Amino acid sequence: MAHKRREMLIDPLVDNNPITLQVLGICSALAVTSSLQVAFVMALAVTLVTAFSSMFISMIRSQIPGSIRIIVQMVIIASLVIVVDQLLKAFAFEISKTLSVFVGLIITNCIVMGRAEAFAMKNPPFESFIDGIGNGLGYGLILMLVGVVRELFGSGSLFGFTILETVNNGGWYVPNGLLLLPPSAFFIIGLLIWAFRSWKPEQVEEREYKIQTVETH
Amino acid sequence: MADGNDAPKGAIARFLAAPADSVGKTVFVAVALCLVASMVVSAAAVALRPLQQVNALRDRQINILQVAGIYDPTADVAESFAAFEPHVLELATGEFTEEFDPATFDQRSAADDPALSVDLVDDPAGIGRQSRYVTVYILRDDAGEIERVILPIHGYGLWSTLYGYIALESDGNTIYGLQFYEHAETPGLGAEVDNPRWRAEWRGTLLADENGELQISVSKTVPPAGPEYHIDALAGATLTTAGVNNLVNFWMGESGYGPFLDRLKAGDV
Repeated sequence: MAHKRREMLIDPLVDNNPITLQVLGICSALAVTSSLQVAFVMALAVTLVTAFSSMFISMIRSQIPGSIRIIVQMVIIASLVIVVDQLLKAFAFEISKTLSVFVGLIITNCIVMGRAEAFAMKNPPFESFIDGIGNGLGYGLILMLVGVVRELFGSGSLFGFTILETVNNGGWYVPNGLLLLPPSAFFIIGLLIWAFRSWKPEQVEEREYKIQTVETH
Repeated sequence: MADGNDAPKGAIARFLAAPADSVGKTVFVAVALCLVASMVVSAAAVALRPLQQVNALRDRQINILQVAGIYDPTADVAESFAAFEPHVLELATGEFTEEFDPATFDQRSAADDPALSVDLVDDPAGIGRQSRYVTVYILRDDAGEIERVILPIHGYGLWSTLYGYIALESDGNTIYGLQFYEHAETPGLGAEVDNPRWRAEWRGTLLADENGELQISVSKTVPPAGPEYHIDALAGATLTTAGVNNLVNFWMGESGYGPFLDRLKAGDV
């Protein structure tokens, strides 16, 4: 069992990553990765919400009527998100201002709902909790990778500390403005998926179509 | 209680064993979940409110410091804030009043108090009731002369009321800066009112012409009065821009700070 739990924690990092393999939660990954600090807090918030919502849903899973199960999951997730939002406003006000709208959107983050519906409804609370942590970490890993590229080359800093002195501040580095805009995350996530699938070819999906060859007469 | 059967014992156990899809259970789960969830959410909101209020106050002070151009991120906020001379101002007369303590006077709650506010008939800023008193901040230079005045302003944009501060030079006509500390405009469009590059446009813009007529305009085209009265509109945020234009014109006009600005220009403050 212990072995399986470790797998559940590590599996979503690379082998079953929610962003690069399941391609979920892209919207927030575009929005919050222009600075590492924000990406870190967002990853932490999503991890906690996924873990605890999965745990609570799993605890009452045998009592949830099938007809209202999605609403029940949403109520639990939404309540947790509000609590996280309140905590951020109390303890990390500056970050909560940058994140505000995206914290609210954790409710609609497909990763949280996906794990609730696909895992927590059928597994015991502790396993669901571990699964939530694992998937949150998988999401966080990609967020941090994208954030490193975007902040380092977009603003010449990491976690707000200057690494490459930009021209505006009298240095030599001309920052790439595109990286500060959300579309750049698309490119970076795309490159990451390419890299992951070249490293682990079993992640490549089978084509849904076949190219037919027509014999010419 | 014990009847020796395999059937679940007690009302609760029987209820828990009932099929989850029965109507009674569905209603019960829905109601119970909503109750528990609402209690958790309200408990968090109530327990954390004092901390959040401290944060909001500090944030507002930082905003006042920033709009006045004296914000130093390394210094203590409360200490830097002591540089200001706060006054409660009576809008209609433009005179300071000693009736209220500027540290505790709250303009927003005063706007809801019929004794302290007026119901606006002509209300371009969309604020409904206007407090008759506001807290303003005065920044003096080393010689004790007025350097800048910081005036609170607010008005309706597209989705929300924008709350902010405008800083004016001692002539009462040149804008030093404008900054909103609270709004809920669309991120990326209306929320670009927070964009430092757009905010920088305000510095040096004039409010009124030589005849004292308000000419300032936040719009797509340069007003006939000239570019020195013009702030460029925000792209893709027509209604937020219109809201900002209205609120600045309202607050700088007769029903806003007009009387105070006249006194400031005359050097009576």
